Amino acid sequence: MNVLIYLIPAALFLALLGLGAFFWTVKSGQYDDLEGAKWRIFIDDDQDDHIPE
Amino acid sequence: MQNAIAPEADEARGCPTMGGPVADKGAAADPSAFVHIEDDNLAHLDLLVRGARCAGCIAKIERGVGGIGGVQSCQFNLSTGKLSVSWPPGQADAGTIARTVADLGYQVSPFDPGEAEEARDKQGRFLLLCMAVAGFAAMNIMLFSVSVWAGFAGEMQASTRTLFHWISALIALPAAAFAGQPFFRSAFASLRKGKANMDVPISLAVFLALGVSVYETITGGADTYFDAALMLLFFLLVGRWLDHGLRGRTRLAAQELLSLQAATANRIEADGSVRAVQAREIVPGDKIILWPGDRSPVDGHVSEGHSDVDMALVSGESDPVFVEDGALVRAGMVNLTQKLVITASAATQDSLLAELTRLVEAGETARGRFVKLADRAAQAYVPIVHSLALLSFIGWLIAGAGVHHAILTAAAVLIITCPCALGLAAPAVQIVAVGRLFKRGILVKAGDALERLAEIDTVLLDKTGTLTLGKPHLLNASDITAAQMEMAAMLARTSRHPLSRAIADLAGPGKVAADAREMPGQGVEGTVDGVRVRLGRADWAGVPEKDAQQSGLWLVIEGQTPVHFIFEDTLRSDAADMVAGLKARGLAVEMLSGDREAPARAAAAQAGIDTVSFALSPHDKITRVEALVKAGKKVLMIGDGLNDAPALAAANVSMSLASAADASQAAADMVLQGATLSPVLIAIDISRAARGRILQNFVFAAGYNVVAVPLAIFGFVTPLFAAIAMSSSSLIVTLNALRPFWGVRRP
Repeated sequence: MNVLIYLIPAALFLALLGLGAFFWTVKSGQYDDLEGAKWRIFIDDDQDDHIPE
Repeated sequence: MQNAIAPEADEARGCPTMGGPVADKGAAADPSAFVHIEDDNLAHLDLLVRGARCAGCIAKIERGVGGIGGVQSCQFNLSTGKLSVSWPPGQADAGTIARTVADLGYQVSPFDPGEAEEARDKQGRFLLLCMAVAGFAAMNIMLFSVSVWAGFAGEMQASTRTLFHWISALIALPAAAFAGQPFFRSAFASLRKGKANMDVPISLAVFLALGVSVYETITGGADTYFDAALMLLFFLLVGRWLDHGLRGRTRLAAQELLSLQAATANRIEADGSVRAVQAREIVPGDKIILWPGDRSPVDGHVSEGHSDVDMALVSGESDPVFVEDGALVRAGMVNLTQKLVITASAATQDSLLAELTRLVEAGETARGRFVKLADRAAQAYVPIVHSLALLSFIGWLIAGAGVHHAILTAAAVLIITCPCALGLAAPAVQIVAVGRLFKRGILVKAGDALERLAEIDTVLLDKTGTLTLGKPHLLNASDITAAQMEMAAMLARTSRHPLSRAIADLAGPGKVAADAREMPGQGVEGTVDGVRVRLGRADWAGVPEKDAQQSGLWLVIEGQTPVHFIFEDTLRSDAADMVAGLKARGLAVEMLSGDREAPARAAAAQAGIDTVSFALSPHDKITRVEALVKAGKKVLMIGDGLNDAPALAAANVSMSLASAADASQAAADMVLQGATLSPVLIAIDISRAARGRILQNFVFAAGYNVVAVPLAIFGFVTPLFAAIAMSSSSLIVTLNALRPFWGVRRP
C-alpha cells in the first residue's frame, strides 16, 4: 500500500491543475460571451489582414 | 435567422436588415463624454451596439472599428452587445468610432451598465467558480469514498480507511467553505429576517453532514458523508447557475429609455457659440439646436424654425407632426426634416422620458414580486423537512439510542431530503423551453416569464406596429407607371418622412433629384431632367381642388396630370388567425390603441377583436393594465411602441416584436424575432407544457422523498445509499426536463 504515498498526491495535484486551469478561463472572461464564440469560428481571418487584437 | 451561417452572405445582405430597419445614420450620438482613461494609459470606450446577430456582424464591426487609425484594441461581445474599444489618448476620436458603427447599419449608444448589472455579472462568475470547486471536490472525495465502500469489505484496514477519511476532510472542508457561500449567505440573510428560505435546510444539511463526518473521522468511525455534502452543493450550484443565466435583466428597460435621452445636446451659449454638453446639464431656458435626426433631450418649445417631428413616444403612431414657433416638443421625440432651435422648459429629470422611465421601473418592481413555482414549493417544503429531522432525532433518543446515533440519523434525513431535485427541476425545464422557443424565433429574457405566461387569462394588444405592420404600404402601386415611380423615388430618397421612406424602400436605391428641398409639413420639391417636380400634400403640390383628396401623397410633374399615392397600414398576415387561436385557448382578447377611433375599430373588426379602447395615452394604457391586474386577471401585453413600454412593464408578462422600439423590447419579457404573430401561440403552448413538466418534476421529487425519508428516519441510509439516491434523483429530473415537449405542434 506504500504506493498510495505517491498516487494520492499525484491524483490531487492533477485535479488541482485542472481546477486552476478552469479558474483561469473564468477569470480571463472566456465565459462572458457564449453567444459570440459559436459564431466567431465562421470568420475567415485571411480575408482581411487587419483584425486588431 | 437560423440560416445566417455564411458570413459572406450576411455581408452581402447587410445583416441588420434581418432584424429590422436600418438605424438612422444621423442618430449616432457623440459618446465623447463617456471616454475614460484607465490604468494602462489608454482611452477606453464601451458602446452598446444593437442589431448584431452573427459572425458577419462581429467581423464587420471589429474590422470596421479596428480599421480606424489609432485604435489599439476592439472587442465585441455578442451576448451583451457591448463593444469595448481602446486607443492611446488623442489618437482616435469617439465620435468617429460611433459613426463608423452606425454607418455599418447598427444602432449605437454609450454603454452604461449601471451597478446592478455589474454585480450580476460578478455573481455569475462567482457561481461558476463555486460550481467548479464543488465539482472538483465531489469527484476527488468520491475517489476515496468509493475505495472505502469497495475495499473495506475486503482487505482495507481501519487505519487506511481513517487516512482516506482525513484526506477527504482536508478536501471537503475548504471546498465547502468556498462553494457553499452562496447558500450560507442567503440562508443567514433570510434567518435574520426571521424567515426560512430553501437555503436554510441546504446550509443546515451541509453543516450537519460535515460536522458529523469530522466527528466520525476523529473517532475512527465507519460512516462519513463528505462526498454527499459536496455532491449536494455541486448539483445545487448547477441549478443555481442555470437559474442565474435565466434571470431577467431587470432595470435594463429603464436604462434603455434613459439612453434614448440623447447623451449630449448642442446648446447655444450666451455668446452665440454652440457647445456640446451632457444632457443632464441642461436647465430650463437653455436653447438647444436639434438637427434632422436628433432626439430632443428635454421637453421644450420651438423657438426657431419649423419641421416635422416623430411623436411615436406619445401616441405610438408613426405619422410625423408638423411643429413651428411655440409648439411643444417632448423629450425623446426625433426631429425629422429641418433644423430646429428649442427652448428647454424642463430639466431632463422632469421631462416626459424620465417620467416614462419611472413608470417602467415601477412596473418592473411590481413584477419582481412574482413568486416562482420553485419558491412556492420550498415554502411548503422547508418546515416539513425540518420537523421530520427533529422528530427522528427525538424519536431515536426516546427509543434509547445514544445522542451520536440520533444526530447521525437526523443528518441522514436532512441530506436525503435536501432539495437537489427541486433546485434543478425548474431551471432545467426552463433552459430547455427557452432554447426551444429561441429556435422558433422567440427570445425569452427571463426564466420566470414562462411561468407567468402559462398563467395568463387576458391578452392586450397594441394596434400600430403590433397587429398591423406599422409601416405605410402603397395600395395603388398598379396605377403608377415605372417612370412616375422613379421620379417620386428620386425626391423621396432625400426625406425622412415615413411616406417618403415607403416609396424609397419600394423603389430601392437609386439617384436623387438635383436641388431637392424638403418643406416641413408639406412635401419635397426638386428638379428632374430640367422639370420641376413636387411630392407632397395635395394643396401644396398644386393639385386642382376638385380631385384633391388630402390623404396620401401627390406627385405633381410640371405639365402632367397629378398622380395620387394612396397608403394604408395593413394588418399582419396572421393577425386574425392569432386572435382566433388566443380565443380558442380560452383567453380574453382586448385592443389598446393610441390611434383614432375609426382606424382602431376597423383594425379590430378585421382581426376579430370585440373589445377596443382607442386614443389612449401611455398613462391610459397603464391604467387599463393595472385595473385588470387589480381585478385578479393575469395579463399578457403585446406591444411595440415607445409609448407601450410602461404598459409592457406593468403587465404580468409582456411580448414585443423585433421591429419594436428598443425600450419596448427591453421592457418586454419576450421578443418575437419574425414579422408574424403566430409565435405568440407557440410561446403560450410551450410555456404551458413547461409548467406541466416542472410540476411533474416536483411530483417526482415528492415521490422520491416519500420513499427515501422513512428509510432515513429508520436509520437504513448509509453514505453509499445517500450518494446513489441523490445523484439518481437529480439525473432523472434533468432527463425529464430534456425530454422533448410532446403535443406542441411545429408551426
